[in-house]
Amino acid sequence: MKRLNGIRLPKSKRAQNKQITVLPLPKLIRIPMLMHMGEPCVPCVEPDEYVYVGQEIGRAESDKAVPIHSSVSGNVSVISEYSLPDGTKVPAVEIIPDGLQVIHPDCIPPKISNQKELADAARKSGCVGLGGSGDLTYQKFSRSEKMNILVLNGAECECFLSTDLRQMLENAEQIISGAAMIQKIMKIKEVLIGVQSNQPAAIQVLTQAAEKQKGITVCPLPPLYPQGEKKVLVFHTTGLVVPEGQEPEDIGVLVLNVSTCAFLYQYAQTGIPLVERVVTVDGNAVPKACNLQVPVGTPIIDVLSYASCELDLVKEIYSGGAMTGVCYPAFRASVVKPQNGLVAMKTVSKRKAPTDCIRCGKCLSACPMNLMPTEIDRSYQKRDVAALTDLHTGLCMNCGCCTYVCPANRPLSETIQQAKLLLSNA
Amino acid sequence: MHKLHIESAPHTHGNASASSMMLLVIIALLPAAITGIFNYGTQAAMLLFVSVGSAFVTEALMTLIFRHRMTVRDLSAVVTGLILGMLLPPDLEPWKAALGSVLAIAIKQFFGGIGKNPVNPAGIAWIFLLIMNYQEMTTWRIPGTGELTRVTPLMSGGATYWDLILGNCASYIGTGCAAALLLGAVFLCLTGIISPVTPLSFLGSFALLTWIGGFDVPGQLLSGCILLAACFMASDFTTTPFTLAGKCVFGIGCGVLTFFIRHYGGYPEGAVFAVVVMNLLTPKLNRLTRRRPFGAAAKQKKRKEKKKKAVSEAA
Repeated sequence: MKRLNGIRLPKSKRAQNKQITVLPLPKLIRIPMLMHMGEPCVPCVEPDEYVYVGQEIGRAESDKAVPIHSSVSGNVSVISEYSLPDGTKVPAVEIIPDGLQVIHPDCIPPKISNQKELADAARKSGCVGLGGSGDLTYQKFSRSEKMNILVLNGAECECFLSTDLRQMLENAEQIISGAAMIQKIMKIKEVLIGVQSNQPAAIQVLTQAAEKQKGITVCPLPPLYPQGEKKVLVFHTTGLVVPEGQEPEDIGVLVLNVSTCAFLYQYAQTGIPLVERVVTVDGNAVPKACNLQVPVGTPIIDVLSYASCELDLVKEIYSGGAMTGVCYPAFRASVVKPQNGLVAMKTVSKRKAPTDCIRCGKCLSACPMNLMPTEIDRSYQKRDVAALTDLHTGLCMNCGCCTYVCPANRPLSETIQQAKLLLSNA
Repeated sequence: MHKLHIESAPHTHGNASASSMMLLVIIALLPAAITGIFNYGTQAAMLLFVSVGSAFVTEALMTLIFRHRMTVRDLSAVVTGLILGMLLPPDLEPWKAALGSVLAIAIKQFFGGIGKNPVNPAGIAWIFLLIMNYQEMTTWRIPGTGELTRVTPLMSGGATYWDLILGNCASYIGTGCAAALLLGAVFLCLTGIISPVTPLSFLGSFALLTWIGGFDVPGQLLSGCILLAACFMASDFTTTPFTLAGKCVFGIGCGVLTFFIRHYGGYPEGAVFAVVVMNLLTPKLNRLTRRRPFGAAAKQKKRKEKKKKAVSEAA
């Protein structure tokens, strides 16, 4: 089978052999009301109100939102303003944990017997894509009537990150049970789990766990970046091509992250909504890279301090891996639902000044989508909308490969995002 | 708390730079250049030094005059000077070599500097020198004996294959030793600087035509400038297509042109001419061989849809 282009990243997963450890409860939890792709929730608790673990504190008022739940039990101290990394201001509920972690009495296992109930349950659980995207999981279940294949994403090809890898190694049974559950409810024939071939331990553990189940196979993926991007993943596992402007769900392929799958299984068993997640803490300012299980809304300072990071030396912090991570403008931020990494650097990855394109074509052979980044760059400089459309600029998924390989240090992927913006406004 | 640095992703870079790529090209050219110096002595070394040095100085001066960004540090001028120097006969007067280098860099800078020149600067300068000094540019010296000749092995076929491979024949400074050139080309392919597609399609199509025409295939491949042109000029970044299909068509075009110029043209050598002619087709080739992005609708379908739309609108 043809392989899509990609790049080889240097080995950087320092935390890949570190077991998931539980972070002690912080003194304060600050839960922003927007942690998913979509619209913010509305706080539905008052200051001084006592909340339980799993109690709804942010109501989803539109289809583009899922409810947000308290990750601790304790008193709400204040509803404050929180600025997201992109500058948007949203309300945030601040809670002072009492350390008892009392679970809300409404948290009972849901009844799931068909696709609609599964979508409703996924919505009620506040589930979002745990692989970093923050997509609303329930929308995937309700997008198409008939799904043929379920693809589980265990690629995690980014620098630093090892949360999905640890989930696969430590919670393989849950992942497989979750897959079997979804397979049964949605009457899916085939389940494929994509794992990079340079993680043989994870492949072995999953294959062993899947032996008892029918129709679940583990697919090794090439050790390239990006593999976790859904179109690339779907192609490398199923061989199907997702047409431009469509989602994998439109061609009958349901894509879920392995951690999301494990969470859905836990939710079906316990009824406790999405209130905690695993985060890889790494970066050259963090002496002890680790995988931490943290309550959603934990301030990043607490997470970094636990990993004995010297906060005074930190110059740059980003959420996610080195290829797609988003920088935090300030230390006042919390761990959010889709966040799989927290990277603190004491060196600033200052880019060299871009020089003229030497037309070496390295970006062409790096682009997984077979685009022509340098041509898009040129057309964007001329603001040539017709040429940009012709070059299928909209297919770019912002993986950053072109910028990574460019010998002239051109910010190609950034330019392509601007070109996309130009196209959407034209 | 102190302020944090913000930048857009990716936060890491592959560390490839234009100068490191050019440095690798220079390293790949060195074996052939050194065998040239070994064969022709200090005269050849002097000529190479003059062509490289004048290219370097011209680049520096031109960037100052045109207020372009200072690009001497990317070493592209050194590559141009070195390739031109390797395409000169050892007995050429040094000022002519310098003139060629100045011309090569000037043409590049007139078009806006690195990455913007339409034709290979060394190639166009070499053609200029050939036309200007036809006598001198077509007089070679036999290594060892020091005898002057106007006949190369390409024309006479008077050298064994081993002579051609090891560079024991009358040739330009850097084109005699086929083994050294191929060594450099393999090095560039292995380090990922050039794609083997262009040299292979160039040499392949040329070999095929030579075989059909009933000429001596290995002799034709190993002599003349064809190896230098195929491995180092036809694989230049700026002036050749960057799509795989484009590279392939480019190489085949070069091979065919070289064959016809060699056997039916008035000049003894055709490879450099072929490369420069094909350079002019590069923008068109890039456009014609555009890749279909992953998941994008096939172009023909689109046209059909457009036609359908036009028909339905007309109706």
